[in-house]
Amino acid sequence: MRKLLFQGMFRPPLTEPAPPLSDAAVDELARSLDRAARRRLGRSLAIREIDAGSCNGCELEIHALNNPFYDLERFGIHFVASPRHADVLLVTGPVTRNMREALERTYHATPGPKWVVAAGDCARDGGCFAGSYAVVGGVSEVVPVALHIPGCPPSPTALLKGLLALLEQESGDRKP
Amino acid sequence: MTVKDMARVVGLIASSGARIALHRPWPRAVVTPDMWNAAADQLAHGNWTLLGLWGAAGAVHMALIDGRTGEIGVITLECPNGSFPSIGMRHPPAIRLERAVHDLFGHDPLGLPDKRPWLDHGRWNIGHPLAARPSAAPGPLHYPFLTAEGEGMHQIPVGPVHAGIIEPGHFRFTADGETVVRLEERLGYVHKGIESLMTGAALDRASKLAGRVSGDSTVAYALAFAQAAEAALGIEVPMRACWLRALMAELERIANHLGDIGAVCNDAAFTLMHAHCGVLRERVLRAADACFGHRLMRDRIVPGGILDEPNPAFGAVLRELIDEVRNRFPELVELYDNTTSLQDRTVGTGVLAPALARQYGAGGHVGRASGRTFDARRMPGYPPYHELRFDVPVLDAGDVNARLWIRIREVEQSLFLLEQILEQLPDGAVRTEVMGAREHREGMALVESFRGDVLVWIRLGGDGRVERCHLRDPSWFQWPLLEAAIEGNIVADFPLCNKSFNCSYSGHDL
Repeated sequence: MRKLLFQGMFRPPLTEPAPPLSDAAVDELARSLDRAARRRLGRSLAIREIDAGSCNGCELEIHALNNPFYDLERFGIHFVASPRHADVLLVTGPVTRNMREALERTYHATPGPKWVVAAGDCARDGGCFAGSYAVVGGVSEVVPVALHIPGCPPSPTALLKGLLALLEQESGDRKP
Repeated sequence: MTVKDMARVVGLIASSGARIALHRPWPRAVVTPDMWNAAADQLAHGNWTLLGLWGAAGAVHMALIDGRTGEIGVITLECPNGSFPSIGMRHPPAIRLERAVHDLFGHDPLGLPDKRPWLDHGRWNIGHPLAARPSAAPGPLHYPFLTAEGEGMHQIPVGPVHAGIIEPGHFRFTADGETVVRLEERLGYVHKGIESLMTGAALDRASKLAGRVSGDSTVAYALAFAQAAEAALGIEVPMRACWLRALMAELERIANHLGDIGAVCNDAAFTLMHAHCGVLRERVLRAADACFGHRLMRDRIVPGGILDEPNPAFGAVLRELIDEVRNRFPELVELYDNTTSLQDRTVGTGVLAPALARQYGAGGHVGRASGRTFDARRMPGYPPYHELRFDVPVLDAGDVNARLWIRIREVEQSLFLLEQILEQLPDGAVRTEVMGAREHREGMALVESFRGDVLVWIRLGGDGRVERCHLRDPSWFQWPLLEAAIEGNIVADFPLCNKSFNCSYSGHDL
């Protein structure tokens, strides 16, 4: 173990520079969040992830955000275990009928101000599962959505861009 | 029909006199209730293993394998009265499958000891959605959990929304102090009705749906679906496509195992391992992206071959990846093996008895850590694996540690397979045209995902569209065993046990 720890001290970090903000995400957010709301977030964001019916593909890439390449926590963004601690609900999947109530209850358990970010193509409108007897549809059918991050699944970089856009307080404060 | 005939899967099918002509590559026959019950006998005595049990309008199908000879067959029982003799009554691995058949088709499994709904939570807007004539929605259902009685017992309900970034499911623990007396799973939360969406779908849409049954096994599912469709239509896939499919399947296996090895250690609060394994996993996904244009290689396998020729630099990219993993992985394995505080958590925890793994036909690391040697790449086998050398690691201890070691050994074997594939990869086309058959055709495939064997059964109509497709995740035969493995362990070790199984929710719920 000592060898590995030493290597970790002397090898350059694997962490990559922050990606440029996604303009589309910034525009989408500008419509849904006012400046005051964004200011209240500070530069810290606590996220509760909810799988509302996904195939688990989005979860794999959300997991990857925590690996040393993307290192989400350096931006002050971290995942929390309870909706009571969360600012943001990151919701994946077409919402299944069997998960609808759990999603609603998790949303209501989250204190305001709160934002819902829908991740993945299914989360927009049900994706390829739309129309099934077991699927409600996109996340916005059930809870209000502030931002949607597309992809099947969205890559960690795409997720990072979307989440950073949420942190962005006003245009003068944009990180390079 | 003699007793000897009945003892063999193919014997049973041959003697039925109602063999279906266009079912490939293994035979299928419509059987009588007596023969259906004879199959239940063979399963209950442990002579055969259940590969799957699924419904159709007016019938139930059951796929069987004789583990000694490798013979595979499908038997079908017509149920004009809307009922069939339960297999689960005598062979518990069928119980949840039969509950699902009842939910989806309304067929009543006569004698089934557990008649509670399984996938249907009373939230759909119809009842028995796949039946010829669906009924009205049953409305909210009461779901009584099994009880455990005794002084000082308490219940801990967990989920469906869990604390981590994982899929939803409900776990009901009954604990005596710290010790788990009973765990009962309740699944079905991510049921998306994939089999109903498959019905009537064109092959390309159905293939995309198959690749979204379980995101971590998108390659394995797309491969199983393609193989089943190709078997049905009698399509020969170009050899180069077969080899590139195996290349993707092994990359997927390595990526998932690396993620799991780190995640199991993380659940024992050993984050160093998680970070290092996470780096290696990310390197695999980036290599996959560079070669095939998608990190998870989704939608790359299609009926008839693969979507496109990979990036011309793929050989160099993958050789560099193999070197990198070979270079870094051994010191991580050594770290795991030499950290006693970590071993203290994994050794002897969550033991799955080999007899249970055998009875349930548990595949993948769950089965192989408990003495079950089955690997679909070997038996029944599919190209190109018969031309490749690899070991199937097997252990008997059945604990978290054994399941971790199986993954470690499988990463090593998959690296070896990647190397062989790169060396021997044949030239030629990567895709052949898929022509409809202008008649009904049926096909089946069994493909080894990182988690175990995925079964896909398909019936195509004369117009080339899917009439019925069933996809059976390996988790169906692993989830019930987690309930057994956790018994007598402490509640705090549940995440460790659960991650060491790593069953799929989405693949199971379908």
